[in-house]
Amino acid sequence: MSEIPMNTGEMQVSGRRLSDLVKLVARHRVIAVLAFMSVFPFIMPYEALAVNILIYGLFALGFNMVFGYMGVLSFGHAAFFGMGSYGTGIAIVHFGAPWPVAIGLGVVVAGITAMIMGAMAIRSRGIYFAMVTLALAQCVYYLIYQMSDWSGGEDGLTGVTIGEIDLGVVSFNLLDPTAKYYFMFTFVALAVFIFSRILASPFGAVLEAIRENENRARACGYNVQLTKWITFVISGLFCGLAGALNAIHLSVVPIESLHYHLSGQAVMMALLGGMGTFFGPFVGAMAFLLLEDVITLITIHWQLFLGITFMIFVLFFPKGIWGSILHWVSR
Amino acid sequence: MNSISASASDFLRAEHVTMRYGGFTALSDVSVSFPKGQLTAIIGPNGAGKGTLFNVLSGAFPPSEGKVIYEGADITGTPQHKFARLGIAKSFQITNVFPQLSAQENVRIAIQALSCRYDIWSPRSGLKAMQEQAAQLLDMVGLTDHHHRLAANLAHGEQRSLEIAMALACDPRLLLLDEPTAGMSPEETVVMMDLITQLASERTVILVEHKMKLVMGICNRLIVLHHGEFLAEGTPDDIRNNDEVRRVYLGQGNH
Ligand SMILES: Nc1ncnc2c1ncn2[C@@H]1O[C@H](COP(=O)(O)OP(=O)(O)O)[C@@H](O)[C@H]1O
Repeated sequence: MSEIPMNTGEMQVSGRRLSDLVKLVARHRVIAVLAFMSVFPFIMPYEALAVNILIYGLFALGFNMVFGYMGVLSFGHAAFFGMGSYGTGIAIVHFGAPWPVAIGLGVVVAGITAMIMGAMAIRSRGIYFAMVTLALAQCVYYLIYQMSDWSGGEDGLTGVTIGEIDLGVVSFNLLDPTAKYYFMFTFVALAVFIFSRILASPFGAVLEAIRENENRARACGYNVQLTKWITFVISGLFCGLAGALNAIHLSVVPIESLHYHLSGQAVMMALLGGMGTFFGPFVGAMAFLLLEDVITLITIHWQLFLGITFMIFVLFFPKGIWGSILHWVSR
Repeated sequence: MNSISASASDFLRAEHVTMRYGGFTALSDVSVSFPKGQLTAIIGPNGAGKGTLFNVLSGAFPPSEGKVIYEGADITGTPQHKFARLGIAKSFQITNVFPQLSAQENVRIAIQALSCRYDIWSPRSGLKAMQEQAAQLLDMVGLTDHHHRLAANLAHGEQRSLEIAMALACDPRLLLLDEPTAGMSPEETVVMMDLITQLASERTVILVEHKMKLVMGICNRLIVLHHGEFLAEGTPDDIRNNDEVRRVYLGQGNH
C-alpha cells in the first residue's frame, strides 16, 4: 500500500512536466508546429512520407477551419485540393509558367472553385450541406475528367516538373528530397502563420460563435450566410495551396486528386487528430499516413484496418489524439 | 382609440399582422403599437400567440400578412442580422448563448458585431476597449464574479442574465424580451424584474409573459392576446378591471 502513493506521486511529477510541455505547445501553436515540422524529415522513415504529411496536414488544416472551427461538415474539399493541383499543373505543362506563378494560380483557381461551390451550397444546412458539396465536387471531377486535352483525363496530367530553382542567393534542385522538403515547408510555414492569425482575429471569433449557436450569432448582428461563405473560400484557398504543392511534389496530377475519397480523408484526419484544435489536423494527417504506410506493409486489406482504427477513435476518443491530450492536460 | 395612438409618438407598430402555420392561424389581424420609452408587456394564456407576435416583431420570421413599422420605416422581412444595427435587440425564450465560450467572450462577440465583423487580420486580444465594455455589461447584469467562466457552466438564471448583457451590447433603443424569467427560481425572478425595471428607465422595452401578476407591478402598459386575437390594452389598472381579461384568465386557472 505504502508504495503505491509514492509511485503515483512520481508519476504526477513527470506527468505535470509533460502537461506543461503540452500547454506550452498549445500556447505557442505556430512556433510549435514549425519547430516540429522543421526536424520532421529526420524522424520519418523516408522523406517522401514527411512531405506527404506536410501537404495533407495543410489540407486537413484548411478543411478544419470549416469543420472544426465553424462546425460545418463539407464533403467536397477534394475539389479545392484537386483544382489547386490542376491549376498549378496546367500552368506549368501547357503554359510553361514559372513555379511561383503556377502555385499562385493553383491557389486562385481553388479559391474561385470554392466561391462558386460555396454560393451554391451555403443555403443548405447540416447533412444537406455535406451532400450538396459532395455532389458539386463530383461535378468538378467529371468536368476535369472530360477535359482530357487539358487535364490528361484518366491518366492524369504528367510532366509537372520544376527542376532547378534559382533564388539568386541560393539555388537547389527539387530532386534532392531534403531540399524539396524545406521548399514545401516554407510554404506550409507561411500558411500556418496566416491561418493562426485568422483564427485569432475578430473574424475567428465569429466562426466560433456560429459553431456555438448560429441563431444567437444572427441575433447579435452577424450575417451568418456571408460569414460561412467567406470561411468556405478561405478554407478552399488553404486546401488549394496543399493541392498546388502536391502537384509539384508528385510531378503529376492524378485524377484521384479530385476524388471524393480525398474529401473523406480530410474528415478522417481532422477527426483522428482532433477537430477544432490547431495542431490536430497535422497529428491526424501523420497518424493516418503512418498507419496507412505501416499497414500496407503487412496486409493488402489496409483500408479495413484503417477503418477499424478510425471507428475505435470516433467511439472512444471523440476528441481525437491531440484533442484528448489537450483535454487530459487541462483537467 | 387606436387611430389616436397611430401618430408620430409611435415607435414600433404592428399593422394587421396575421400569422398562419400551415392551415392554423396563430395570429389574426393584430394591430398594436408601442410608444417610445415605455415598458409594455404582452400577456395572454398559453397558446394565445404571444410568442408568435414576439417573433414577428423581432424579425425571426415575417408575418403571413401585415407589416411591422419601426421609427416610421417598414421593417417587415428585414433579415435578422440587421436588427442589432437598427438598435433592436432581443433575448430568446429558450436560453441562447455561446456555451463553450467564456461569459466575457459571449458579450464581447455581441459588441464586436457592431464594428468589426470581417476583420481577419488584427489580433482579437488587442480589442481592449471591447473587453472592458463587456466586463462592464456583465457587472451591470450582476455577473461580476463570473467573467471568465464558460457560459455552459453558469446557472440557469445567470445564463439568462448573460443573454441580457449580450442584448445590451448594441446599446439598443428597443429591447425585446421573451419570457425573461422562464424557469427561474423566485429569488432569481425578483432580481431579473429589478434589472428589467432599471433597463426600462433608459429605453423602450417589450416583454412577453404569461404570468400576469409578475408584470403588473413593473410595466406601464399591457397588451392582452387571446386565441391569436387582440383582446385588450391599457394600464395595469385598466387590465385588472377588464371583465373580458378576467374571464379569460380565470377560465385558465389562476395566474
Ligand atoms: N412553428 C409553429 N408551427 C406550428 N404551430 C405553431 C408554431 N409556433 C406556434 N404554433 C402554434 O401557434 C399557437 C400560438 O403559439 P405561441 O405564439 O407560441 O403562443 P404563446 O406564446 O402565447 O403561448 C399555439 O397553438 C402553437 O401551438
